[in-house]
Amino acid sequence: MSSLTSALPPAEGMGPRVARWGLYLILLLFAAYYLLPLVVMVSTSFKSLDEIRTGSLLSLPRDISTDAWTYAWTRACIGADCRGMAPYFMNSLVIVVPAVIISTLFGALNGYALTKWRFRGANVIFAMILFGSFLPSQVMLLPMAQTLGFLGLAGSAAGLILVHVVYGLAFTTLFFRNYYVSIPDDLVKAATIDGAGFFQIFTKIMVPLSLPIMVVTIIWQFTQIWNDFLFGASFAAGGAQPVTVALNNLVNTTTGVKQYNVDMAAAMIAGLPTLVVYALAGKYFIRGLTAGSVKG
Amino acid sequence: MATLTINNVRKQYGNVEILKGIDLSLTDGEFLVLLGPSGCGKSTLLNMIAGLETISAGEIRIDQRVINGVHPKDRDIAMVFQSYALYPNMTVARNIGFSLEMRGQSKADRDSAVQRVAKLLQIEHLLDRKPAQLSGGQRQRVAMGRALVRDPKVFLFDEPLSNLDAKLRVDMRTEIKKLHQRLGTTVVYVTHDQIEAMTLASRIAIMKEGIVQQFAPPQEVYERPANMYVASFIGSPTMNFIRGTLAAEGDRLGVGLRSDGGPTRFLPLHEAPAQADRWLGQEVILGIRPEAITCYDPTVAAGNPALVKVGCPVNVLEPTGADTITYIQLCGQEVVARIKPSDRMVEGENADFMIDMSRANLFDPKSEQRI
Repeated sequence: MSSLTSALPPAEGMGPRVARWGLYLILLLFAAYYLLPLVVMVSTSFKSLDEIRTGSLLSLPRDISTDAWTYAWTRACIGADCRGMAPYFMNSLVIVVPAVIISTLFGALNGYALTKWRFRGANVIFAMILFGSFLPSQVMLLPMAQTLGFLGLAGSAAGLILVHVVYGLAFTTLFFRNYYVSIPDDLVKAATIDGAGFFQIFTKIMVPLSLPIMVVTIIWQFTQIWNDFLFGASFAAGGAQPVTVALNNLVNTTTGVKQYNVDMAAAMIAGLPTLVVYALAGKYFIRGLTAGSVKG
Repeated sequence: MATLTINNVRKQYGNVEILKGIDLSLTDGEFLVLLGPSGCGKSTLLNMIAGLETISAGEIRIDQRVINGVHPKDRDIAMVFQSYALYPNMTVARNIGFSLEMRGQSKADRDSAVQRVAKLLQIEHLLDRKPAQLSGGQRQRVAMGRALVRDPKVFLFDEPLSNLDAKLRVDMRTEIKKLHQRLGTTVVYVTHDQIEAMTLASRIAIMKEGIVQQFAPPQEVYERPANMYVASFIGSPTMNFIRGTLAAEGDRLGVGLRSDGGPTRFLPLHEAPAQADRWLGQEVILGIRPEAITCYDPTVAAGNPALVKVGCPVNVLEPTGADTITYIQLCGQEVVARIKPSDRMVEGENADFMIDMSRANLFDPKSEQRI
């Protein structure tokens, strides 16, 4: 890219140069606009309460202190429970990891069946599944509450896992179905003649070819389920609540002096895992979204 | 090695009939080529033999065993796909050995079988690579290796050479022929390339719109096509179709060509067609291959009564190197002749040609069938 532009003759006169700097300025302003809340959060979480009271919102911390982070993690009161964010963080992990794995696997299986074993009415079924990804999650609250009650899963982590798997299936099926459409049918025919059955073709051929879309799906599902508040607040009882609900309760239930540094640290704790996942697998995310086809 | 019998096989999708009663029968070790334009049903038929498509009616037998309801993996067939269909996630060795893996053979047995096939196809040095690291020709070999490894009763090829460039296609064609001579396995090969069909087949089945037009050895298909469709599908440039009337001159039967205003030209036939009486005086179509019309040579013509001399204006010359394709005007109809470059004809001038009437075909202009 740079070699391409440097090969061009330099722009003449002041006009283009001013325009270019103007462009950079606008970009910088937008970058600052998006970054500022994060900067304030991070810097506030490392300040002491005194410094917050006396200093300005935007100033960087004079003495970096991790007290607010340890307090938020181990001792902050969520409602009447003063064990910090840690147990709720674990709750979220216990819900998110199985829900992501199960919904991704079933999405892959659905996509495989819908594209490579086209049965009568496959398109209608896909359209109905697709419809699920346009349903607002609020619509599901009442029927889901009834279902969970019927199954005896109300208020448990298993119940929340079920909710997230069901809600996520529409998206994961869509992702895998569109990816598998580009994998040549001849592969399945060849494997059938070679003697592989439905699940052998899936595990030995389709799954190994699915890495890019699998990363996309995992990031998507992880972010969706980790950041979920509505289902967590609706279907999880006190001790089983996910970290997002705990954060809300922590910020809303503090009495006396508002501990902004603890609030900010807790918010960072709740938000970090999705950032980490994206940082680790982000390049596959972009690759998986843009590239799709596998040449046979 | 096996016989293959296809008995009145039909295929329907909804109300559309793709195959309208196919009857073919192969003896042990035959090389059948299914030839036809796209949409003629040849690939559908191949998929039905493979078991990838259901059979709407009729039956297919391999070695007298009806295989209509048999799962593809139990039919003892192997297939090479146009796209090769190599598993991108597996090495060449595992690709070739996959069918044995699925049949539960031990690692040692698989390895020795893979080695044997790799040696046969000269791809031993590629065994550790992934398909993406191979050239088109190498992928083609691996695809054949995957079919060979199980030593099946019938090989199915679905346009295996159409993804290769022209030079490689010719090489691989020869290689497939050598392989067939060596192994002697029964083969069904689908293609739309007439050269592939002519060079490889022991018998060709030419298909059009779900019907077999002719099922015969290549030379017979070429020399005695069953109808005008077959005649025009095989051979390049295509066979000349000359309109005329079946006439008698003395005791000789022949085709009279009427030119606008000019006299009728009589081309005597070498052998009388069947039911000649019924066709006498009727319109017929005379089919002559371009190579049966050559530059007139008195010494050759004197020794062969089947050669008929005609003088025609030369319209266009198209030199191809080995031959010169020549467009001539014969009684108002444009006709293609194949002459030697050494004959040195000139565009726009008259020249003498001779037509080998022993290689002539007669067709019914209405039904387009051979007379």
